[in-house]
Amino acid sequence: MSRRALGALVAGALFGVGLVVSGMTDPRNVIGFLDFSSRWNPRLVGVMAGAVGVHAALLALLARAGGGRGARLLPPRNDRIDRSLIVGSAIFGVGWGLSGYCPGPAIASLGFGARSAFAFVAAMIVGMLASALVPRRHSGCEAP
Amino acid sequence: MWNGLLGGVLIGLAATIYLLATGRVAGVSGILAGAIGERAARGERIAFLAGLVAAGLIAAVTGSPAAATPYPTPVLIVAGVLVGFGTRLGGGCTSGHGVCGVARLSRASLVATATFIATGAATVAIANHFFFAAGTP
Repeated sequence: MSRRALGALVAGALFGVGLVVSGMTDPRNVIGFLDFSSRWNPRLVGVMAGAVGVHAALLALLARAGGGRGARLLPPRNDRIDRSLIVGSAIFGVGWGLSGYCPGPAIASLGFGARSAFAFVAAMIVGMLASALVPRRHSGCEAP
Repeated sequence: MWNGLLGGVLIGLAATIYLLATGRVAGVSGILAGAIGERAARGERIAFLAGLVAAGLIAAVTGSPAAATPYPTPVLIVAGVLVGFGTRLGGGCTSGHGVCGVARLSRASLVATATFIATGAATVAIANHFFFAAGTP
């Protein structure tokens, strides 16, 4: 196994442990966050704050590494706000609210052997393949 | 709340390790789509996905209860298609836009994140009203 693949494997496992520890593999915690009624569940706010805070801090350290050369490690960023960004994110949100699953937790839940996760992930792959039929956004990270 | 924060810290660390190892942003929808549709870098994308599944497996083996989904399978299938289609059209999901993009203060990612939280909340409100009026799902 290459070093890149090994790094990716470790990252995936750590990411998954983070999702399990934070309760994000339980769709009820996600639905509870999206439910802005009296039973609002703020757990997802803590997850996002921890993840964004740590990632931003490490990126800032990285950018300064080697007298600023570290910034070159960062992939290009696509900052364009266009219709596909808005429409795509809106459609994603509807599916997220209908299930309590987004891609990361759904894939990690395959390890639990949850049947619902298998159905969801199979459908998600169909949706991804279908998206090739329309012009779509290229994110900075997944270069075209 | 503290479990949430701790899990978030691990996710932020993992996203940074993925970036350092591969030079790409740790967006799970993009990694899955790339593993399916692209030949380049397929191995490392599959490795990341395998790590994610392994984490779930470890949790199951060590006795974490499997999370129960309150939804019937047909609803999950519709939701899955919407999530797959929407994340590709919009160029990211909760991890790529919500964590990595927001951490880089990308305007597009901030807009995307606000949009999917808004439509997600609207969907839950409507679903609670019409489908789950009898109780909390």
